[in-house]
Amino acid sequence: MIKKISKIPFKGTPEQEAELKKVIEDNLGDPGAVMPVLQGAQDIYGYLPIEVQKIVADGLGMPLEEVYGVATFYSQFALSPKGEYAISVCLGTACYVKGAAKILETLSEQLGIGAEECTDDGKFSISACRCIGACGLAPVMTINDEVYGRLETKDVEGILKQYK
Amino acid sequence: MENVNIKINGMPMSVPAGSTIIEACKLAGIDIPTLCYMKDMNEIGACRMCVVEVKGARSLVAACVYPVNEGMEVITNSPKVIESRKTTLELILSTHDRKCLSCSRSGKCELQTLCRELGVEDAARFDGARPTYDIDATQWLVRDNNKCVLCRRCVAACNDQYAGVIGANARGFDTHIGCAFEQPLSNVACIACGQCIVNCPVGALREKDDTDRVFEALADPEKVVVVQTAPAVRAALGEEFGMEMGTNVEGKMAAALRRMGFDKVFDTDFGADLTIMEEGYEFIDRVQNGGVLPMITSCSPGWVKFLEHYYPDLIPHLSTCKSPQTMQGAITKSYWAEKQGIDPHKIVSVSVMPCVAKKFEITRDDENGAGADLQDVDISISTRELASMIERVGLDFVSLPDEDFDNPLGEDTGAAVIFGATGGVMEAALRTAADVLEGKDLENVDYKEVRGTAGIKEATYKVAGMDVKVAVASGAKNAAILMDKVSKGEADYHFIEIMACPGGCVNGGGQPIIPAKVKNFTDYKAVRASALYKADEAATLRKSHKNPEIIKLYDEYLGKPNSHKAHELLHTSYVPRKKYMD
Repeated sequence: MIKKISKIPFKGTPEQEAELKKVIEDNLGDPGAVMPVLQGAQDIYGYLPIEVQKIVADGLGMPLEEVYGVATFYSQFALSPKGEYAISVCLGTACYVKGAAKILETLSEQLGIGAEECTDDGKFSISACRCIGACGLAPVMTINDEVYGRLETKDVEGILKQYK
Repeated sequence: MENVNIKINGMPMSVPAGSTIIEACKLAGIDIPTLCYMKDMNEIGACRMCVVEVKGARSLVAACVYPVNEGMEVITNSPKVIESRKTTLELILSTHDRKCLSCSRSGKCELQTLCRELGVEDAARFDGARPTYDIDATQWLVRDNNKCVLCRRCVAACNDQYAGVIGANARGFDTHIGCAFEQPLSNVACIACGQCIVNCPVGALREKDDTDRVFEALADPEKVVVVQTAPAVRAALGEEFGMEMGTNVEGKMAAALRRMGFDKVFDTDFGADLTIMEEGYEFIDRVQNGGVLPMITSCSPGWVKFLEHYYPDLIPHLSTCKSPQTMQGAITKSYWAEKQGIDPHKIVSVSVMPCVAKKFEITRDDENGAGADLQDVDISISTRELASMIERVGLDFVSLPDEDFDNPLGEDTGAAVIFGATGGVMEAALRTAADVLEGKDLENVDYKEVRGTAGIKEATYKVAGMDVKVAVASGAKNAAILMDKVSKGEADYHFIEIMACPGGCVNGGGQPIIPAKVKNFTDYKAVRASALYKADEAATLRKSHKNPEIIKLYDEYLGKPNSHKAHELLHTSYVPRKKYMD
């Protein structure tokens, strides 16, 4: 899956930038620095927009393309922020065997975005997560703090409607 | 160095310790097929074309990166090896667009060659889903991921050129070569050097083809079509017609151009001699009048674009001289047009360059010396494009006679012809600057310390009682090393020559493609350069200021070097560019 690049305006703060620069400084000189730095950056900003990747590239003295290549290689790195309504679909073993992949697929179709992406209006984001400990309700997804269990694909449209 | 004893296909061999299997096999007269391997640049063992059996090894090993050791037994041609290589090719073909008939690389494609050599018959063995990609076209090159085999040679070449604007994005089946955030190449800090093209094994990277525009001009009876050829072109064009690498085909090239219908066949060497006059005097002026030093050459448009993107603060160090290409173009549309009584608007000025950045250079601002609507050079084609034009009109290049360039803009000196190799511009400039500063015709014309294919060369020459410190770099990565020194004020050079491509223009992005199996085992930069140094040695005139047509041009038209008129026609300006798109 090729990650969609978010068009949502970047809202980083100077404090976040200072924090990221500290992470870069702590890892500078380590030939494998880009991974921990990108993980740190994602912890700080929630995702890795171009503005953040440029700071990483300049800070580590490597081409922006190389940073982007790493960010698009690993599925846990997101190029989109979390939406106002952050949907998490559990892909843990129990949910998976109960058809969670189909739920994820249906969500993607209806929102026009893939996992780790956010709709252009900033309203919905989808992420795939590992077991959230609600295996008895499999397959499970959460929208912010709300938990939806024993899902079938036909339920998805109605649930999304409540948030639109 | 110590040797180790190994067996290749049962044949005992003694090879230098530390060799890779592929190097040992080469000594045994065996070519191991490769796709991703490019010596010293891309040694990643990724494509699995070069697999061989090693006795005792768990599985097949990659010969390009696997070192030999004492007692090793290698099998390069077992059914297991051949079958594995074939499967690899078939898997590559499963996502390849296979439009060989219309591919610019057809006949020179390493993938095509391997498929033929290994007898891959069923190209559709792994047919299935196939990604499709938009073509990424710029003014200088075209990227077509539908033909890409993901060998990453272009990525390594781009990183070697410091720019690193292309790389592998995404993962697995979605892996593709692209720019950061999937931007088009025209929107990132690509320096247009074309090293990605000459390192690509297939047709995924090629120059933007401008040959149709040239044919159109040649067919237009209203137009006066004038061509110029850069020094390095003559050192490599013959390779496209099966001639030995390092053959100087200047005479056949002039003959071919004339037979294709160009009205005048001029030589960029004339422009190079003119560049030396302007640049040499600019240098002397900077030294004598406290100008910005070190002064840096500006002939290589890839290098100029590189500086503008990555070191914009150093722009004042660049010589304001145009490159030989556009100097020649400006003089063609002014001096020559006036002399011939031709309306310069009727002239189509074509250049044949070893370069794709020249396509970018001709449309820069301030490259229209003869008038606002008179671009110095209208169309720039690469050495490869010239070869394809020669093929298209059916000229038997090898049996053409040797002919001369047309005068006056075809007259040259030995100083001009070495412009095509790293260090050549510096040497040519020193020959003239030394004569001018000493006020005499010096006997010595050899500045051997700046010759050779080393990435960075330094020398100090005593000229008129002064120690002139010079540095020469080729390859943008080496240029960056020097620029970091200049930025930090740690460089006490007076004059720096930079060429964007490793080895200089002889290895330019517009030159004939050398297949990896030759490139990995040949000192091709030096071999091509030798054609130019031989021409210099054989020349009667070896200093730019001795070129009689250059002397006449200044007498009749320009006055003296760096005159007002010379500035108007032959100098240009630069713009700071961004490292990242907005």
